[in-house]
Amino acid sequence: MKYLYYPGCSLEGTASEYDASVRAVMHSLGAELAEIEDWTCCGASAGDAISYLLSLALPARNLAIAEKQSPRTDVLVPCNACYLNLKRVDDHMNRGADIREKIDVVLAEENLRYGGGIKVRHLLDVLVRDFGPESIAANVKNKLSGMRIVPYYGCQFARPYSDADDPQFPVSMEPLIRALGAEVYPWTMGAKCCGAGLMTTKSEVALKLVANLLDGAGEADCILTICPMCQMNLDSRQDKASRLLGKDMSKSVLYVTQLMGIAFGLSDEELMLKKNLAVTAGFHAKLRSASSRA
Amino acid sequence: MNEQSSGATTVHGGSSAAGPLDPIAEKVSACMQCGTCTGSCANAFAMDYTPRQLWRLVQLGEQDEIFRSTTFWMCSSCYYCTLRCPRGLPLTETIQALKRIAFARGTYRSNTSPVFYSTFVDNIRRYGRVREMDMMTRFFLRLKHPVAPLRFASLGVKLLRKGKISPQMPALFAKGKLDGLFRKVRELESES
Repeated sequence: MKYLYYPGCSLEGTASEYDASVRAVMHSLGAELAEIEDWTCCGASAGDAISYLLSLALPARNLAIAEKQSPRTDVLVPCNACYLNLKRVDDHMNRGADIREKIDVVLAEENLRYGGGIKVRHLLDVLVRDFGPESIAANVKNKLSGMRIVPYYGCQFARPYSDADDPQFPVSMEPLIRALGAEVYPWTMGAKCCGAGLMTTKSEVALKLVANLLDGAGEADCILTICPMCQMNLDSRQDKASRLLGKDMSKSVLYVTQLMGIAFGLSDEELMLKKNLAVTAGFHAKLRSASSRA
Repeated sequence: MNEQSSGATTVHGGSSAAGPLDPIAEKVSACMQCGTCTGSCANAFAMDYTPRQLWRLVQLGEQDEIFRSTTFWMCSSCYYCTLRCPRGLPLTETIQALKRIAFARGTYRSNTSPVFYSTFVDNIRRYGRVREMDMMTRFFLRLKHPVAPLRFASLGVKLLRKGKISPQMPALFAKGKLDGLFRKVRELESES
């Protein structure tokens, strides 16, 4: 299966381990990823706070390139915010000729035109729907027996566009976790907000949300994420969250493709496990006991 | 809350004047003040007005009070209120529209969010892709806040040590990668 790949800015920087593990796991699954040539930022949530037209023109530029590069090929996006921004282009273009024309005029500046209808898919949706638990299980070399995992989806994976999952209580990751031989640790906070960009602008507010999430993950061995923003917030503020709640909030936080890669027998280097800020000694010990049982 | 007045602080504009708030007021005119948005909001605890109260102020056209409030800067775009609004109102989109108006007016209690958004967008114009380290450096420089960078210092060190960020020389005078696109957007927006 072939996909056009839109990594997004974070995956070139603070989330380079996500990029590496996405490429490695998709390769294991036999998928072909072609990076969108000369892609640019989707605008994140900043674009829309400044200019409505810009917030659509930026992602539309990438879709226009995608359409030219490989028509009728799904665009695979590993970041929730990029996914939402790319997806909302078609939605808003269908709201009226006025905005459609304006986007055309802006893109003409770059000698581009977007005709509409490119399918934008979140990585998780592709993993679960196009490949599915059986073909994922078929690639597992080290079963993650005894590991308890909380799936964390964040907000924009299923809100506002709920094509891929339930917008309040998403479940996509559960069959995937079981396919790796691990257990799903029960919680109800999978689609609660991590504070997103507020961690930079109103950090004391976002820290409360992060502390609640880490606390909600209870005895789980690992929080699994599908978004670089969620990962950064949960991964990097555990010291502050511990101080806020007055107890140890250390928790391993991995990208979904990193955990898959571990089960697939890929090396720590391929999955860039050293880049994560929080991978606890307990997690490593659990991994060793899981592999000795297998 | 740690709100400090460090940006432009003058709030002007009468509450009865027709203006940029009108299309927004129209969008939330069907709000029946049930408060489901507030009950769903992850950040309501930190807001001066709850989302429900904000919609009432919009309905009443209380411009001064709305833009004096920090409520809409506290929105993290989780879309929970939009999902659950029994009237089906586009609440998250409306919050974004309020941010745009506040940004254009240049009137806000705290300049942290506006400076962050504009620095972020400027980084896109310059490089096409956001360079996280460059963006954060410019953000702190523009914030002119003596303590803010310190709150991020330990994280910055952690990220540098992990090789997650790397200091890059900023391109100070180079032509921006997306100058043309941005110019066209500005042109079209000043026409309408």
